[in-house]
Amino acid sequence: MIPEIGQLCLVIALCFALVQFILPMVGFWKKNIILGEVAKPSAHAQVLFLLLAFICLTVSFLADDFSVLYVANNSNTALPTPFKVAAVWGAHEGSLLLWSFILAIWSSAVAVFSKSLPREIVSLVLAVMGAIAIGFMLFILLTSNPFERLYPIPIDGGDLNPLLQDFALIIHPPMLYVGYVGFSVAFAFAVAAMMTGNLDQKWARWTRPWTTTAWLFLTLGIALGSWWAYYELGWGGWWFWDPVENAAFMPWLAGTALIHSLAVTEKRGLFKSSTLLLAIGAFSLSLLGTFLVRSGVLVSVHAFASDPARGLFILVFLALVIGVSLSLYAWRAPTLISNVGFKFFSRETFILINNLLLVIATAVILLGTLGPLVFTALDLGTISVGPQYFEIVFLLPMIPLVLMVGLGMHVSWRSMQPNSLLRRLYLPALLSIIVGILAPWWFFGASSFLTAIGIIVGVWTILSALLDPIRRVFGKINRISRSAVAMQVAHLGLGMVVLGITVTSAFSIETDVGLKPGQSSTIKGYNFRFEGIRETFGPNYQATQGVFAVSKNGEDYTEMRPEKRIYRVRTNPMTEAAIEANWGRDLFIALGEPLGDGAWSLRLQYKPLIRFIWLGCLVMALAGLLSISDPRYRKS
Amino acid sequence: MFFIKKIKFFIPVFLFVGLVLVFAIGLDRDPGEVPSVFIDKPAPSFNLPKLLAPKEQLKNTDMLGQVSLLNIWGSWCVGCAQEHELLMMIAREGVVPIYGINWKDDRSDAISWLNRFGNPYKSVGVDRNNYTGIDYGVYGAPETFIIDSVGFIRYKHIGPLTRDIWFDEFVPLIESLKAEI
Amino acid sequence: MRPIVAIFITLCSIPVLAIDPTEPFIDDEKRYLYESITSEVRCLVCQNQTIADSTAPLASDLRREIRRMVDQGQAEVEIKDFLVERYGDFILYKPRFRSWTLFLWLIPIIFLIIGILAFIRILNQRSHLPIDIDAA
Repeated sequence: MIPEIGQLCLVIALCFALVQFILPMVGFWKKNIILGEVAKPSAHAQVLFLLLAFICLTVSFLADDFSVLYVANNSNTALPTPFKVAAVWGAHEGSLLLWSFILAIWSSAVAVFSKSLPREIVSLVLAVMGAIAIGFMLFILLTSNPFERLYPIPIDGGDLNPLLQDFALIIHPPMLYVGYVGFSVAFAFAVAAMMTGNLDQKWARWTRPWTTTAWLFLTLGIALGSWWAYYELGWGGWWFWDPVENAAFMPWLAGTALIHSLAVTEKRGLFKSSTLLLAIGAFSLSLLGTFLVRSGVLVSVHAFASDPARGLFILVFLALVIGVSLSLYAWRAPTLISNVGFKFFSRETFILINNLLLVIATAVILLGTLGPLVFTALDLGTISVGPQYFEIVFLLPMIPLVLMVGLGMHVSWRSMQPNSLLRRLYLPALLSIIVGILAPWWFFGASSFLTAIGIIVGVWTILSALLDPIRRVFGKINRISRSAVAMQVAHLGLGMVVLGITVTSAFSIETDVGLKPGQSSTIKGYNFRFEGIRETFGPNYQATQGVFAVSKNGEDYTEMRPEKRIYRVRTNPMTEAAIEANWGRDLFIALGEPLGDGAWSLRLQYKPLIRFIWLGCLVMALAGLLSISDPRYRKS
Repeated sequence: MFFIKKIKFFIPVFLFVGLVLVFAIGLDRDPGEVPSVFIDKPAPSFNLPKLLAPKEQLKNTDMLGQVSLLNIWGSWCVGCAQEHELLMMIAREGVVPIYGINWKDDRSDAISWLNRFGNPYKSVGVDRNNYTGIDYGVYGAPETFIIDSVGFIRYKHIGPLTRDIWFDEFVPLIESLKAEI
Repeated sequence: MRPIVAIFITLCSIPVLAIDPTEPFIDDEKRYLYESITSEVRCLVCQNQTIADSTAPLASDLRREIRRMVDQGQAEVEIKDFLVERYGDFILYKPRFRSWTLFLWLIPIIFLIIGILAFIRILNQRSHLPIDIDAA
């Protein structure tokens, strides 16, 4: 009974989405503003019914109702309760329901927080979001119904994929979706601006906090995904340039460019057409990501069970949403060009460079991700594009970009004399060059050109971001506005990420060894002694646990216990690495295979500064939070 | 002139149309399918001990002078069991001789497997350590090659052979290759 | 085809380490060559893993062959040619600078050039416009 109620709620929500889309559009056409007024209540009703549908599915999971196909495939009586809840969005059907639910929350939030906006704009924005909601709910109901029943009813379920039975994976998909879906707001604002032909600085001010919010969730989502891959996939990598990772990274890059472009549009009334294009682009890339994961056109580790019928539906939907908005852009954008200028040495120039390079980076990743697909489509053979390609072509636009950041954030709008700026910045610049050249030798006894560049750029960005706050402490400047602080914090985070990536890529130590109990292996002053193996049990798995005594320079330091788990239902073995982390470095042990005679193969790793990668992302997300707390967004 | 100025705004939509076309074509292809690079190239040479007569050798040159099938199999492989009945039928009807390569398998397991399910092969070579398999670009059993009378690979099928594939793909090609001799 | 791939994928467990109990390398250069090649070669059975990470039997056979060739002193190009001759370009994660795959390397550079041209054009237009006429 409960699954049927859930499905009914979904259908009702779909009806409200139809109302939310059609009536305001008709109202816009007929210049009848009253019709647009239904958008807000429809959005609220939609979120309510999707919440009910979501609860129904959750109840089915908690009650172990294996007569529901989706529950039977992705849960098990022995699955711990938190994972039963997470399993609701652990596979294709449920994750789409979550997608729709989050979209409805965003619509509803727009309806609540837009009191200061013209009513016409709000109803158009909601109508566009309604259109997207219709697409997704139809997709669920027609091709991927999570409430579908199963007969005969199995005694127990197939269990959740063990890879997903993990804390980070409970919150990673929702974060990512909140980000993906959040770009729909900027997208809807862009479409509304193009329809009304009204794109001014006020418009940019309305759009900015929504975009920043979506971006901050996407940042967190990507960082969580990378962290999860690092400790769960078992071989210590933190980014694989897998199609699915790229699918999340491309909207992030486009969204970052959008945030910068919006800042220029708000402050100076410039870059209007690029703001529109980036708003369309960021959301289109989010949709594309969804398409790539679910259609089976690309091979990926994370891919959901793929099905061409689903692929076809998404393709048509994608073609409609993106095609219509890009056509609208081609038609309306030329009329929205402003006639304001700026000089060569100005913040506008730097943001322009930033955006061009970010777009190039996005395009390059898109090329590498879709390359294999293009090759097969054109019958040029089957090829693979992997990390070794992406690392090279991604650095091409990224090195100049990050070099520019530290300078660009201190340049003022319109025009500026370079001299005054150089006087202020030469000290941090000099300092970062010295650190970049000396620090690798000091700490690791080695360096390379690229490593030095990476460290210089990272340290330079960090110092440059801290410059104004330091000058504030010494009373050289009076106050820094909230938005400026947010900008500095965001770039501080970026500097940390750059530093972390450089150091961990250049100086990680990784050794594969075979050890018998009592034997030990040493890396970077840490001695790992293999004490032996023991068997342990979890709620739905059994594990082989290796015990290691770690000592540093002869003194006992800690004990580490990597595991190899066999889950009872889906019997594939899983490596649970043991990680000992602090600010400066991670120690990492993963258990391989038994080699006979009690010996085991092991992978030992020393990863300096790897935490900076995720901490930097956290700092960036924090900056987003600071930015949206700016009171100017709440003034009417 | 005005149109030229505006055309740059159409670039995104043009690019997107191209992308949709690529997706549309990509949808009905399996991205994981690796096409063989051997089609119309000479079959790599091998010299393997025979499964049922370990002292003797099966060589790639033994297949010359006739159109033949080369089937990569193992007793551990589920797909091989699925296609086995079809191979038996082909052998019974004598359409083409089937040569086997017993891949990454245990000799006694392989022999008892043939004793149990029947032996469709004219001769089987043993490639326990996957040397010949790598030379033939094998990435999973079963795989079946059509080799023509002068020792060129003309077709490769990955996965179990089914009746449909046999009658739609293999038989016409084999007939035309036989006609060439 | 698809179900077969599915069977392969379930047979090979994704997150398990592949560590061979082989002789350690004496020559550091050879070790480096071996590691760089194995981390560039795609495991065809568990696609989306390199053979350096994969535990699939095919991956370990390929590691053995690569090890043999490295020990014999063959060059990187020769070893990659050996693999591509047998398994096609699909097996290499880093596309080669050859025939059509060359485009994958050229296009990013073309992007960069277009970017620079666009930058010059926009800057040219904007620096000749008045700095402030907007009244907002």
